[in-house]
Amino acid sequence: MIQFLQKLGAKTLNRVAAVGRAGQLLSQSLIAKPAPMMMLPLLIRQLYFIGVLSLVIIIVSGLFIGMVLGLQGYTILVDYGSEQAVGQMVALSLVRELAPVVTALLFAGRAGSAVTAEIGLMKATEQLACYEMIGVDPMRRIIAPRLWAGFISMPLLSMIFAIVGIWGGSLVAVDWLGIFSGSFWANMQASVSFSEDVLNGVIKSLVFGFVVIWIAVFQGNDCVPTSEGISQATTRTVVYSSLAILGLDFLLTAMMFGDF
Amino acid sequence: MAQLNDTHIEVSNLSFWRGERKIFDDLSLTIPRGKITAIMGPSGTGKTTLLKLIGGQLTPDQGSIRVDGDNVHALSRRRLFELRAKMGMLFQSGALFTDMTVAENVAFPLRVHTDLPESVVRDLVLMKLNAVGLRGASELKPAELSGGMARRAALARAIALDPDFLMYDEPFAGQDPIAMGVLINLISRLNRALGHTSVIVSHDIQETLSIADYVYLISDGKVLAQGAPDQLNGSEDPRVEQFMKGRPDGPVPFHFPAPSFKDQLFGDSQ
Amino acid sequence: MRIRALEISVGALILAGMLALVALAINVSGLNLSQKGGGYTVYARFDNIGGLTERAKVSMSGVQIGQVSAIRIDRKRLMAEVEMQIFDDVDYLSIDSSAQILTAGLLGEKYIGITPGFEDDLLENGMTIEDTQSALVLEEIVGKFLFNKVSE
Ligand SMILES: Nc1ncnc2c1ncn2[C@@H]1O[C@H](COP(=O)(O)OP(=O)(O)OP(=O)(O)O)[C@@H](O)[C@H]1O
Ligand SMILES: [Mg+2]
Repeated sequence: MIQFLQKLGAKTLNRVAAVGRAGQLLSQSLIAKPAPMMMLPLLIRQLYFIGVLSLVIIIVSGLFIGMVLGLQGYTILVDYGSEQAVGQMVALSLVRELAPVVTALLFAGRAGSAVTAEIGLMKATEQLACYEMIGVDPMRRIIAPRLWAGFISMPLLSMIFAIVGIWGGSLVAVDWLGIFSGSFWANMQASVSFSEDVLNGVIKSLVFGFVVIWIAVFQGNDCVPTSEGISQATTRTVVYSSLAILGLDFLLTAMMFGDF
Repeated sequence: MAQLNDTHIEVSNLSFWRGERKIFDDLSLTIPRGKITAIMGPSGTGKTTLLKLIGGQLTPDQGSIRVDGDNVHALSRRRLFELRAKMGMLFQSGALFTDMTVAENVAFPLRVHTDLPESVVRDLVLMKLNAVGLRGASELKPAELSGGMARRAALARAIALDPDFLMYDEPFAGQDPIAMGVLINLISRLNRALGHTSVIVSHDIQETLSIADYVYLISDGKVLAQGAPDQLNGSEDPRVEQFMKGRPDGPVPFHFPAPSFKDQLFGDSQ
Repeated sequence: MRIRALEISVGALILAGMLALVALAINVSGLNLSQKGGGYTVYARFDNIGGLTERAKVSMSGVQIGQVSAIRIDRKRLMAEVEMQIFDDVDYLSIDSSAQILTAGLLGEKYIGITPGFEDDLLENGMTIEDTQSALVLEEIVGKFLFNKVSE
C-alpha cells in the first residue's frame, strides 16, 4: 500500500515536472529573440517537411470523408424528403468538426511523430549538444522553426481538408445522386455562417496545431536518447496528441457553440 | 596578473553524481593557457563527463568551473552561448549534423558566428578539410563516411572558427597510423602556431604524451597523478606505471564496479 | 535547384490554404462582400415568422432577389418585423406586392416569397410591404383542424 502510494506520488511528480519542462521549452524557443534572416529559410524547410508532405494524406482523407458524408447524409435525409439539406449537413459537419479534428489527428500521426523521432535522434546522436557547444541555441535553431511551421501549417491543411471534403460531398450528392446543384449550394450557404462556423473551425485548427506540435517537439527533446526511448516518445506523441485533440475539441465546441 | 592569465580553466572542488554513482569527488585541476593538456584515465572514469561539465552541458553538484575567470554554471543562458562560441569541441561520437553535407557541417560555425562572404567561407572550409585529408569528401553526407572519416570531419568543424579553447574527445580513435600521425601533427601545429588552449582526452598514450605539455591521470573521481609527460613516464607509483604500460594486472581496476565475479556466478545457485 | 522546388511547394501550400479560406467564405458560407453595401431595404411585418432566420433567402418565383438582414419585434404593434435587403437590380416590385413565409420542402429552411402586385408605384428603400402572410405553423394547423372537428 505504502509502495503504491509512493509510486503514485512519484508518477504524479514526474508528470508535473514534465509539464514544467514543456512550458520552459516553449518559452525558451518562442520568447528568445528571433533572428529573422536566419529563421526564414529554416522555417520554409520545416513548412515543407511538416506542411507540404502532409498534403497528400490530408487531401485523400478529406475527399473520402466528404464523399461518405454525402452518401450517408443522402440516405438518411431522403427518408424525410429533405435530401436538399445534404449540402448543409456535409458543410457544417466538415467545417465545424471533422476538418479540424481529423486533420489534427492525421497531422499528429504524419508530422508530429516525424518531428519527435527526428529531434529524438538528434539528441541521441549528440547533434543537439553539438549545436549548444558551437554556441547555437537548439531551442531557436531546431525547436522554434518546427513549432512555427506546425502552427502555420495546421490551419492551412484543415481548410484544404474542408474544401476538398465539401467538393467530395457535392460530387456524390449532385453528380452521382442527382440532387439539384442550386439547392445543394444554396442550402449550404444559407446555413453556414462565416463568422461562426468557418472562423470557429479555423480557431480550433490553430489550437490543435499548436498543441500537437508542442507535444511533438517536447517529446523529442525530452526523450531518453536511445532507440527504445525514441520509439516510446514517438508513441507518446501520437497518443497524447490524439487525446488532447479530442478533449480540447469538446471544450472548444462547448465554448463556441454551447449556450454559455 | 601574469599568474592569473596563465590559467585558462580552473576546476575547483568539483563533485558530480550520476544518479547514485559518484563520478567526481572533490576534483580540482587547472588547465594552462596556450598549452596542450592531456586527460587520461580508465574507460568510464568520466573524462567525457568532465568535458561536458566544462562546456556547461552538465551542472556540477558541488564546486565550480571557471573559464577565463567566469563561473560557467552561473552565467545567463545568453552569456553561456557567447562563451561556447569561443570553444571548440570534438565529440566522442563525432555528432556531425546529418542533414548537411560535410562541407556545410564545417561551414556551419563560420556562417553563424561570422559575416564572412560566401567565397571566403568556401576557401576556409576547403582549407580545414584539406588539413584532415577530406577535401575530396566535401559533398558527401555524414552517413556516407566511415567512422574515422566522420571523426576527422568533426575535427575540421571543431577547429573551423579557430577557437581559443579546444576540447578533443578521443581524436585518434579509429584512425589508421598515417591519419593518426597527421592529426597529431595538426593538433600540435594548431596549438603552437595559434596559441590555442587544447585539452585532449585519449587512450593512445604514447602519441598523446608526445605532444602534451601536461598530463592529468584521473581515476575513481580523483586526480591520480599529474605532471609533465616525462614525470609520469618515470613515475614509481604502481598505479601510474600500470596505466602507462598498459598492463592488465595491477592496482587499477579494469572492471566497472561490481560484486565479486565468484559470488555472482555461484552465489545464487545454493 | 532543389531548394527552389522546396520553396515553390511551400508557397503553393500557403496559396492553396488561402484559396481554401476564400472558397469557404464565398462558396460555402455565402459571404458576399458586395451585397453588404448594395441593395435597398424593405420591411415586412408578420404575426409569426415560424423559424425564419437572418440571411434567409428572399425570392420571387423561386429566384433569389435578396436576403433577410434583420429580424426583431415591432414594439408598437407587437409583431415580428423582418428587414430585407433587396438587390439593386430588382426594380420592378410594386408597393402592393405581398410577402409570404414559405418552407423549402417539408423540413427545409424558411424563406420569404414575394408576389408582385399591380400598382405602378414601386417599392423604395425603407418602405414596408403591407400585405403579408405568416408562416404555416404545423401545430396551429393541426389545432384548428381538431377544433373544427370538435365544434361540428
Ligand atoms: N547519460 C548518462 N546517464 C547515467 N550515467 C552516465 C551517463 N553518461 C555516462 N554515465 C556514466 O558516467 C561515467 C563516466 O562516463 P564518461 O562517458 O564520462 O566516461 P569516459 O571517461 O569518457 O569513458 P571512455 O574513455 O570510455 O569514453 C560512466 O561510468 C557512465 O556509466
Ligand atoms: Mg568518453
